[in-house]
Amino acid sequence: MTEFPAAPPVVEPSHEWGRLDPRMIIVRPLNELMGLLIPLFILMFAGNGDTWRIVAGGATVGALVLYGLFSWVSTKYRITETQVELHKGLLHRQRLAIPRDRIRTVDLTAKLGHRLFGLSAVRVGTGEQSRSSTDGVVLDAVTAAEADRLRQVFLRRAATAETVVGEDDSTSISQLDKRWYRYAPLTMSGLLTIGLAAGFGMNLARELKLEFSETGLIRSVFHWVLNTSPLAVIPVVAGLVLVVSVLLSLLAYLLQNHDFRLTRNTDGTVRVRRGLLTTRSVSVEEQRLRGVSLHEPLLLRAGRGARLTAVTTGLGRASGSSLLLPPAPRGEAHRVAEQVLLADPTSAQLTRHPAAARSRRLFRAISPNVAAAVTLLLLAAFAEWPHWPWIVATCLLPVSVLIGLDRYRNLGHALTDRYLVSRSGSLDRETVALQRTGIIGWNIRQTLFQRRAGLLSVTAITAAGKGGYTVVDVDESNGLKLADAAIPDLLRPFLQSSQERPDGS
Amino acid sequence: MAHADSRQTGGVDNTEWRLRAPANLVSKRAILHWTLSALIGWVIVLGGQGIHLLVNDDPPAVAQTVAIVSVVVALVHVLVMPRWRYAVHRWETNPDAVFTRSGWINQEWRLAPVSRIQTVDTVRGPLQQLLKLATVTVTTASAAGPVKIENLDASVAARLSDELASTTQATPGDAT
Repeated sequence: MTEFPAAPPVVEPSHEWGRLDPRMIIVRPLNELMGLLIPLFILMFAGNGDTWRIVAGGATVGALVLYGLFSWVSTKYRITETQVELHKGLLHRQRLAIPRDRIRTVDLTAKLGHRLFGLSAVRVGTGEQSRSSTDGVVLDAVTAAEADRLRQVFLRRAATAETVVGEDDSTSISQLDKRWYRYAPLTMSGLLTIGLAAGFGMNLARELKLEFSETGLIRSVFHWVLNTSPLAVIPVVAGLVLVVSVLLSLLAYLLQNHDFRLTRNTDGTVRVRRGLLTTRSVSVEEQRLRGVSLHEPLLLRAGRGARLTAVTTGLGRASGSSLLLPPAPRGEAHRVAEQVLLADPTSAQLTRHPAAARSRRLFRAISPNVAAAVTLLLLAAFAEWPHWPWIVATCLLPVSVLIGLDRYRNLGHALTDRYLVSRSGSLDRETVALQRTGIIGWNIRQTLFQRRAGLLSVTAITAAGKGGYTVVDVDESNGLKLADAAIPDLLRPFLQSSQERPDGS
Repeated sequence: MAHADSRQTGGVDNTEWRLRAPANLVSKRAILHWTLSALIGWVIVLGGQGIHLLVNDDPPAVAQTVAIVSVVVALVHVLVMPRWRYAVHRWETNPDAVFTRSGWINQEWRLAPVSRIQTVDTVRGPLQQLLKLATVTVTTASAAGPVKIENLDASVAARLSDELASTTQATPGDAT
């Protein structure tokens, strides 16, 4: 486990154009190759040694090496007093510049290839919503020391005066506990990996016309499956999938969260470091932290675990860079939320939603299931489909009833002195605490059914995270009171008391 | 029903609140615009079905049923939707906020504080240009969707966007 080296003294960068580290000429193809290693290997050697397979494989490697060379040649960056500039691209030239005072987050990522050469990629996030496919400004890559220096230069303005910030000035909020590994199998990541690998493998085999049925091992497996009663096959397969998925999820947890550390730094940032092969260090400016989101997927919830992410501007949503705490005990998640926010909104007592919301949750959970069952039944009756699909769909009805009830049970909201808290979901229960000052508008929706049930859904609009967080199916009047109280005097001019409304019992 | 859950907030405020309609209607020609847009969509759908029925010598009974149902749905949609929308779509601004109501079966109120406005765009589609209408889009720093005021009279739209733009410029900060 390489540590990030101690930070050198911070000096303002010169205005000279800098290049990425020359070792990237090798590292970039290396990183790409590692992802392609297995497909390439199969492509080149799985067939009968056809010439085209070898040529195609060689050409891929060659193209990757050339790509690495060209992208190094064409990329340069510089940091001035006011902005960070990046020029890149050979055929499609790009010139990116972002003002330094808009930098909210700095994400240092070192893949295995980077790690071998002591390099690190620097991704800079601004307040804008990254909806486009471009990742903003990424310096891929510079030496780890330079990366660390850039991180400090970019985020330094928040610190007091010109103090040099060293690693030791950070205070630890949380770090990985070996016992947390027991939550890894509860994340379904293993099952997901199996599914993806199976799909990918089958697709590849079909593309390359590999005849698996000709291989002795696979043929004997098929032979066994076909000649044994399903009562014996199903438990064996299920057991196998279970064991493999547990192992894979443990592996994924190890790869992603090894040596996880969450610290608060004196330069006004919260910093997450984690990863075994690919290491990541994400620094978030505390002033721009708009809240946290507590994720409790069903299984993890059953095991009293939770995961914590940051609600902030400047982090890509897809890449999982907003993670504050990997799957860990729920108590730890609440503690970390409290430490990071210096308030304790996630464990606030939530207000339940009215009973009308239960009917809506139930209806929405059951109706797709009923529709599917009816359709399958009709297909079985008129289109000669087999009968088991509609029977299975019908048997799943009690499950969707339970999910609907659980969704209702989980609905809740609260308003603390600084945060708006909202909880919803069943399979992926999410409790969001959003800073009231970070709310930049309201969307209030009412469907026909909600109108008749006297409910509405209030979405707090924010620049951070997903862009909007919804309080689902709240009582009409109380939802409006909530919005009105969260930002005083904004909504009030558009409200009227409904005393003139006919009073039905 | 309305009073059943007033204990929810736990506060002393027991008044029942609801949103009032924003003050201003959109242009009367908006009805025409919504009608025409819906018509264009349905012409494509029904036209495709018609061609299928005409070309096919022996069209299946299902296709005819689907076509009849489509015509009925199209008629109801084209006649009802624009008028319903016209009754729902409303907007209002005050020095602090832009407030809109839109939708028809499902309705949505959107509120954006003027201090958080990033851009004010005016867009006029081809049909809107014919009808001298314009849509004003007010964006904030959020990805969750801008506040849109559809089918304003073009002159009203121009005045509104000028007004909002000048107020926005006067507000310091980056509005995030």
